[in-house]
Amino acid sequence: MATPKPDILYRNISHKPPAQDWMDLPLEIKPGRYCYSVDPSALEAVGMPNARVWNPLDEDWKLPENWRKTFLDGMKDRLERFRSFKVFMDICVRCGACADKCHYFIGSGDPMNMPVLRAELLRSVYRGEMTKAGQILGRFAGGRELNEHVLKQIWYYYYQCTECRRCSVFCPYGIDQAEITIIGRELLNLLGLQTEWIGKPVANCNRLGNHLGLPPHTFKDNIDFLCDDIEEAIGIRPQPTFNKKGAEILFITPSGDVFAEPGIFTCMGYLVLFHYLQEEYGFDITWSTYASEGGNFGFFTSHEMMKKLNAKMYHEAERLGVKWILGGECGHMWRVLHQYMDTMNGPPSFLEVPVSPITGTRFEHAASTKMIHIVEFVADLMKHKKLNLDKSRNDHLKVTFHDSCNPSRGMGFLEEPRDVINKVCNNFFDMPEGTIREQTFCCGAGSGLNPGENEELRMMGGLPRANAVRFVREEKGVNMLANICAIDRATLSASMDYWVPEVSVCGIHEMVANALIVPGEDRQTDLRGEPLPGKEDE
Amino acid sequence: MYDAKKIIPGLIIFALFFTFPFWFNLGTAAYTTPELELPDPEEHEHCIESTEYMRAEHMAMLDEWRDIYVRDGYQEYWSELNQEYFLTSLTKTCMDCHSDKEKFCDRCHEATAVDPYCWDCHIEP
Amino acid sequence: MKAIYSLILVVALILIAIVGAGLLGIGYLFGVIIPYLAVLVFVVGFVVRVVSWGRSPVPFRIPTTCGQARKSLPMFKDKWNRLDNPGTKLGVVGRMFFEIVLFRSLFRNTRVEMHQGPHIAYSSSKWLWLFALMFHFTFLLIFLRHMRFFTEPVPGVFVMMDQMDSMFQILTPALYLSSVLILVALGYLLLRRLLVPTVRYISQPADYFPLFLIIGIVISGMLMRYIGVFKTDLMPVKELAMGLVQFSPTVPDGIGTTFYVHLFLVSVLLIYFPFSKLMHLGGVFLSPTRNLPNDSREKRHVNPWNYPVKFHTYEAYEDENRKAMVEAGLPVEKPLEEETEETSGEEASDDNAEKKE
Repeated sequence: MATPKPDILYRNISHKPPAQDWMDLPLEIKPGRYCYSVDPSALEAVGMPNARVWNPLDEDWKLPENWRKTFLDGMKDRLERFRSFKVFMDICVRCGACADKCHYFIGSGDPMNMPVLRAELLRSVYRGEMTKAGQILGRFAGGRELNEHVLKQIWYYYYQCTECRRCSVFCPYGIDQAEITIIGRELLNLLGLQTEWIGKPVANCNRLGNHLGLPPHTFKDNIDFLCDDIEEAIGIRPQPTFNKKGAEILFITPSGDVFAEPGIFTCMGYLVLFHYLQEEYGFDITWSTYASEGGNFGFFTSHEMMKKLNAKMYHEAERLGVKWILGGECGHMWRVLHQYMDTMNGPPSFLEVPVSPITGTRFEHAASTKMIHIVEFVADLMKHKKLNLDKSRNDHLKVTFHDSCNPSRGMGFLEEPRDVINKVCNNFFDMPEGTIREQTFCCGAGSGLNPGENEELRMMGGLPRANAVRFVREEKGVNMLANICAIDRATLSASMDYWVPEVSVCGIHEMVANALIVPGEDRQTDLRGEPLPGKEDE
Repeated sequence: MYDAKKIIPGLIIFALFFTFPFWFNLGTAAYTTPELELPDPEEHEHCIESTEYMRAEHMAMLDEWRDIYVRDGYQEYWSELNQEYFLTSLTKTCMDCHSDKEKFCDRCHEATAVDPYCWDCHIEP
Repeated sequence: MKAIYSLILVVALILIAIVGAGLLGIGYLFGVIIPYLAVLVFVVGFVVRVVSWGRSPVPFRIPTTCGQARKSLPMFKDKWNRLDNPGTKLGVVGRMFFEIVLFRSLFRNTRVEMHQGPHIAYSSSKWLWLFALMFHFTFLLIFLRHMRFFTEPVPGVFVMMDQMDSMFQILTPALYLSSVLILVALGYLLLRRLLVPTVRYISQPADYFPLFLIIGIVISGMLMRYIGVFKTDLMPVKELAMGLVQFSPTVPDGIGTTFYVHLFLVSVLLIYFPFSKLMHLGGVFLSPTRNLPNDSREKRHVNPWNYPVKFHTYEAYEDENRKAMVEAGLPVEKPLEEETEETSGEEASDDNAEKKE
């Protein structure tokens, strides 16, 4: 089904709920809003249960015989393991503060996309199956029996949540739908109800270290191609090292940036920056082909899978004997690194507290995890004036910044990227309050919801962000949407094309590299091969 | 990561807060409804209205009397029960019989923490 | 319909009290047994529920950070939002104070407006915050000033509350401001549920029932104070209340039926409390997105059930890809010659080489 034109899609959004009670609504799995089911081989590859061929549009999902027991036992187990889940199942008062905070609700008007009802899908099962009141009073107490219809509803709508946590900012009790979705998807995965766009990367990542499943030499080749492009643009070819034992620092970034536009320009940015630092200061950093993925699609699968994929980072750091790890621009990758990694796979006693070899800054705030964000690292370099920059090279850009959900609501990483942007370009304009920083909107397709087939959903989810971009486009003439997330770069490119086609998307390090004056360079174009300001005529 | 050190004290505070009256009254004498000193029944059979009425409405009656007095000066109040007029006056009518504020008014008012503003103007006899 | 069912339920409860305590005169049941039971169920039920939450650990440090973090770098330090993104325990205390006492998160509330064009706007929407705050504080004040019936002599603090609450001296007996405000707040909360389409859509009987119940409590209380026929003599009421808290329960004569209705509704509220959404009173303290400092990279958070997970080791990865790696000039741990048999990335080798952490 083709996605409708923007004005038609917008005109059809109605926030008026239907007449029928939500418990009675029939489930219609709409093409354009759901993700394809996973190929069984991907589940088998990582030892996940109930792998089979099934189709969400079919009546029969080929659920295992004892699926109800599996689901409910899994739920009980998680209620005992996660206080968050247990408390969130019990205390919601349905005040509705979260209702219009979800980008999918704003963009689709589907009442089940109000975070409160998305949570009620699981809560109704919790009450109906596990509390006395719900068992006796049934719907009067808000309880429902878990049946196939309910399960399908959970599946459909738990893959219409990007775990962005915006609802959690507004909830008076901090109820975090992301947490409920994470656990809900974990339960769905007990029944093999994974999506292709999450399941496949998980399997690939597990075996080959990156989402596309590129073997080591191909990964290296890709980066070599980027080096070719850099040479063309600036006349210098970076010499990155791979799997280098004894390097000081290990660099890990989402693999998406190695393969696809506009992420590759960000990746080229890293390469230029590292080259500069190596030449100027003897910076010693290495890439790993084994731990070549920062993004962790296990996070969208289950806590166990997140741990399994994340374990490679410390494992590789230990093998290579590096001192600490530097992480690239990525959203959910950084939520995992900041809030989960050390707990799951630490403590990394073999690493040292990160110290910038160039400025001597000791990153005490990463004293235990021993991994820092490249934007922190670069902000520190800039603070100490270690980078020779020519801001004017970005003068053709009018930049705004999209806070990624996870760095903003999972870390409080708000000033660092703005600081770096302001140091590499002259025209920076923030979007209006209420759409940025901790209240930022999801790009529209985080948490593994960025396959091709759910385009309509992605455009709906991307609307609130695009709407804010359009505002600064109209007011300030913004033409570049910067961000620090690989999924943003992929998703926003598509949603900008759809909603605000005049605006391009880039990672911050693309702008950093464009502004960086590399000794011996010969630049006529930026990393995209477009003429630099003032050199258009040459 | 169970936070027992915070949850248990928290629950103790909760329980203490909501059981406050139970432990606050420990060791205090058993509460009895205060005795009121009433006028000699020989002299007065009843108040200007029935006891039940007076209990429920004396405050409203006095409030009304105050308003009448402030606006028009003393007036007379017709008591159906006594078939008699009374002066609308706290001191001249009420306190004529209930002369000891402490042994009459205050007993109930204190028990229920009521602080009428009669005595903001009137001088205690 | 959900609202009507809930209303019918509350009306039925009122009738039970009228029939039981008023017509049948079983004051001991409604004045002593049920209230004792209610307090017991409330306190024990509340504690049991919170303990059950406490028995589930907090495996990960997952605060929702709502402002700039503490100290990624010294230069951002003065932009640190201490209350919305605390980095220390003290900061968490501050955040929780603002959250619990002033409803910080609700204060952020916005409302979406869809305009013509594609054009969306967000406006501040603080009514819910205002009336929710009004409701909770007046409820607390009303609860506290009822202590005049449960203490003898009445401590000055409760007398003071009573005086402040009735300071405008409107009506006789003086009108409590809290009674008016709580009714206004409850009215708002109820009308909001009934009239705002999205809120109406998400509302359940469990949302209407406590609202009607509390409205019933407030109105029965006010009737007893202000309206002639419903008035009740406070002296025996105090005797009953004191009897309860001094464990020598008596049911004195002369207590009006309205009082029993009031007391019965309060008892129902107490009994209902631990099994309902009203437990947000306890839950708000335990929410892991609010009550943890954002310091997870600085100090390791320990997950008590962290179990080892097999992962695909470098060794297994190299075994699968050695030939290609060597050809591409990538360093390897084991040289190619040592291999007797070519492994080509089959799952069998994967399984053998995966190690337990």
